[in-house]
Amino acid sequence: MANKTVMSTFDQRLPKTENMFIPFIMSGDPTPDLSIELAYTLQESGADVLELGVPYSDPLADGPTIQQAAARAIEQGMTIQKAIQLIPEMRKRGVHIPIVLFTYCNPVLQYGMETLVKQLKENEADGLLVPDIPLEESEELKQHAEAHGIQLISLVAPNSEERIKRIAEQASGFLYCVSSLGVTGERAEMNPNISSFLEQVKRHSSVPVAVGFGISTNDQVRLMHEYADGVIVGSKIIKIIEGEQSALLKEETKVEGLQRVKGKISQLLNY
Amino acid sequence: MSVTYPDAKGRFGDFGGKFVPETLMAPLQEIEASLTEALQDEDFIAAFQHELKTYGGRPTAFTYANQLTESLGGAQIYLKREDLNHTGAHKLNNAIGQALLAKRMGKTKIIAETGAGQHGVASATVAAKLGLECKVFMGEKDIERQELNVFRMKLLGAEVIPVSSGSKTLKDATNEAIRHWVAHCDDEYYLIGSVVGPHPYPKMVRDFQRVIGDETKTQYEDVKGGLPDRIFACVGGGSNAIGMFYPFLGTGVELVGIEAAGRGIQSPEHAATLTKGTPGIIHGSMTYLLQDEFGQITEPYSISAGLDYPGIGPEHAYLHASKQVRYESITDDEALEAIKTLSRTEGIIPAIESAHAVAQAIKEAETMEPSESIVINVSGRGDKDMSTIMKYFEGSAEHGE
Repeated sequence: MANKTVMSTFDQRLPKTENMFIPFIMSGDPTPDLSIELAYTLQESGADVLELGVPYSDPLADGPTIQQAAARAIEQGMTIQKAIQLIPEMRKRGVHIPIVLFTYCNPVLQYGMETLVKQLKENEADGLLVPDIPLEESEELKQHAEAHGIQLISLVAPNSEERIKRIAEQASGFLYCVSSLGVTGERAEMNPNISSFLEQVKRHSSVPVAVGFGISTNDQVRLMHEYADGVIVGSKIIKIIEGEQSALLKEETKVEGLQRVKGKISQLLNY
Repeated sequence: MSVTYPDAKGRFGDFGGKFVPETLMAPLQEIEASLTEALQDEDFIAAFQHELKTYGGRPTAFTYANQLTESLGGAQIYLKREDLNHTGAHKLNNAIGQALLAKRMGKTKIIAETGAGQHGVASATVAAKLGLECKVFMGEKDIERQELNVFRMKLLGAEVIPVSSGSKTLKDATNEAIRHWVAHCDDEYYLIGSVVGPHPYPKMVRDFQRVIGDETKTQYEDVKGGLPDRIFACVGGGSNAIGMFYPFLGTGVELVGIEAAGRGIQSPEHAATLTKGTPGIIHGSMTYLLQDEFGQITEPYSISAGLDYPGIGPEHAYLHASKQVRYESITDDEALEAIKTLSRTEGIIPAIESAHAVAQAIKEAETMEPSESIVINVSGRGDKDMSTIMKYFEGSAEHGE
């Protein structure tokens, strides 16, 4: 490593590394201010890490729910720059868990890799996740991220096979295991081979192993917590927020709406 | 050239590569390995050539456009007649190649995306011929514009899946095909229709389309001897152009690619990716694309459903950056005028896509010497575009033409 490594805040901010709950929200959906409130509400509901999505026009790894959330956020004028600027507001509101920015490769390139990780650090973010930069193309971004103390989160898929070892060995923050082939979104049934896949990943990983894609029910969370250190829930959270959208958008019903979001997330987690 | 592109990472200079979700890395590696093996297997090459000849109708004709040449009084104009391929466009060459590869890999289902419908029809055709299941993703807007091709695909037994996201055109059909493939990559083969997408697609499609340029070289040599002075081909994703250009790279022939300027490159309504775009990543590949400052991909426009794609094949991006090919742009109006000209002088109605190449060639031929000669790649025939062409001329008639 040519650059000196800046101390990461990720581990310091991580409250625990087992039975982790890692929710995803789309910044700007339904509004930037509500993203701040929702981040706090999710922490109150038991979130250990927050994945903050940047809306993108062409999200190849996402299913319809997150794709539509992105389209709504773009309508709201949300950009990668504005999403980063939400993070210090979340910190002021009392969000102290690690925040990982979820975005795609093209916005990262246009913003500039180094500028992005530098600003993430300055704005008190802890990690970055780019689903369309595979290991082979990640070197430059990883160097910049390490130089600024930002964890670049890696993904492994059930068909990664001999790549699992290579990906897991260089993972930082946590390792994101894609539960099954496909894009994000709810699935009625989980991959039956998930336990052996996760065991294999855990053998090679020195960071917590979290599993995501399709986890949407209390039963699935319980099951995945048996095999992995954490679960990532995206589309289901977006749906919960969508369901409360009209309440959230009115000042007089906002607090109740946030309470109901919290309640629904508790139902998901209390098993 | 000392370097043969793409390199091991699938890069053409700075362009290309594999920028895809991790789930697609294994299937892409599988295709790469199978392709390398297939291209070294004489039986595979023979089977490909056999289908091109006995099913596709190759070699396609090479036509001297004597009346067009005389009317312009400049360079001699030759036409490479990809419009004479079975299904009406160059798209069939690649569809045959990839479908044979898919079969060799043991896949029974193929998926494809289509804009104008030509690739969808070619895929559906080859799927029927080779006994494969076929799903074609198509934007809702293109389904409306290309009603006839939608019907053809269905008649051929393919399932046409309407895409309602984004601009409802080729870009979104491609996104949806990729998303579908991510979920079904264990048993489905994604048959990409142009020299776009992650490695090894741009290289593979080029290798299957280079037959256009190889034939042109031989045919020109037979008719005239030597090499032509300039070659023209239209560029959306860019497969007919790369197929034509590739064998001529480094030979001294001036190569000209023509993008769609839509309503003009000074307006927001165009698809001139190299003229107006900037480097970025689309559909798994680093190339030039139309985007805003934060990297959101913007919606292109062209009267031609085959050219309104916001990106371009990475090899074209490289050929543009390294100045080995000159890229120009032609408006809707100029392309439609060229359709009229070629129809009336040569009795050939080109596809609107191909008419972009014809229009630029007409502009340049006039300024060249009668001793010089040019080749235009007529990549497809205009039958599929009849309703668009009719509406256009009815519209301009109303405006006093």
